[in-house]
Amino acid sequence: MSTVKLTVNGKAVAVDVEDRTLLVQLLRDHLNLTGTHVGCDTSQCGACVVHMDGRAVKSCTMLAGQADGASITTIEGIAKGDELHPMQAAFRDNHGLQCGFCTPGMIMSAIDIVHRHGGQLDEATVRHELEGNICRCTGYHNIVKAVLDAAGRMKVAQAAE
Amino acid sequence: MYQTTYHRASTVDEAASLFAKGTEAKFLAGGQTLLPVMKQRLASPSDVIDLAKIKELIGVEASGDTLTIKAATPHYDVATSDVVKKAIPALAYLATLIGDPAVRYRGTIGGSIANNDPAADYPAALLALDATVKTNKRSIAAADFFKGLFTTALEDGEIVTAVSFPVPAKAGYSKMPHPASRFALTGVFVAQTKSGEVRVAATGASQNGVMRVPAIEAALKANWSPAAIDSVSIPASGLLADIHGTAEYRANLVKVMAQRAVAAAG
Repeated sequence: MSTVKLTVNGKAVAVDVEDRTLLVQLLRDHLNLTGTHVGCDTSQCGACVVHMDGRAVKSCTMLAGQADGASITTIEGIAKGDELHPMQAAFRDNHGLQCGFCTPGMIMSAIDIVHRHGGQLDEATVRHELEGNICRCTGYHNIVKAVLDAAGRMKVAQAAE
Repeated sequence: MYQTTYHRASTVDEAASLFAKGTEAKFLAGGQTLLPVMKQRLASPSDVIDLAKIKELIGVEASGDTLTIKAATPHYDVATSDVVKKAIPALAYLATLIGDPAVRYRGTIGGSIANNDPAADYPAALLALDATVKTNKRSIAAADFFKGLFTTALEDGEIVTAVSFPVPAKAGYSKMPHPASRFALTGVFVAQTKSGEVRVAATGASQNGVMRVPAIEAALKANWSPAAIDSVSIPASGLLADIHGTAEYRANLVKVMAQRAVAAAG
């Protein structure tokens, strides 16, 4: 057992876990943040994507201990109170989901894509960059539309700040 | 995953001494291969020693005609490094093709070459560029480092600290990725050194892991152009064959990827 100290959605937490605990298990089973999903458990589907120190990572492919000292943002941490994050709002407005299982990971990866590419996003880039997120409903069309829509909204929001 | 004990090392020496204390320890860098393998219970190290936060193992440097990438530098940082893009753009491009964006944030060059997956990208670059692998004990030429499937010259407890690449006159990489895993069905790295030597290495093709391709090297030495490879014949014997492609298919891919890599190198 080890104590892992990290910041999750802005809140400092210290959790006693077995060393073999994955970051996603710490989030879901110890902190009850079940918005982060486990899809494939083989590092391919991206349903477990969270941000660690601003980078989108697969939380099923990290030990909790590797995140010690890091700042983690999960799907629960991106809205401002009742106001959805622009990416969440764009997913809703464009119906960027079918069953919704992959959605948290899609949104966390998509925010990272927009951060990396800024205003340079086009459809081909979004499709290519979403390589690590799998939608088993195959609902990619509206997901891609949502990401492009959100990229515009995030640019506007950034310019306003 | 079986029980294990996690250690975070802050220096290379500390990592080496932690390894020596473990009964069956493993080094962990980005963990994008080791952790999935542990989750499948195909590996059950007594101890995992995390190298990813060791400051002396992170970063990129160029001096004179040598580019050095320290071992725990993630693929994303190699792909986006202005230093790498200036010195060996083909190497930065290669790093953009590994896995997916989340994997590239975590996976490292040292982890990739120490694992030596027969379809990994970096081994082709190291072999074609005649790179040198630096460890906490010695320097090893790439040609002596890769020893077949998932096998390297590394001794038990030896830690890759950096890879040094001589900056070539020209270099290019092209791969046919497996559509799900993004590993190379076949990838070819071509390089022309500043002294005019031509080196070509293919990954994902051979049953023995990364390999030089002398027939293509000879053709490119005579005439550095994609067309020069048209008449080269690559034997299918010794090449990988699986549900994704026959040995003959991969033999043809070696040629086609080499041609694309030469075209990209200019």
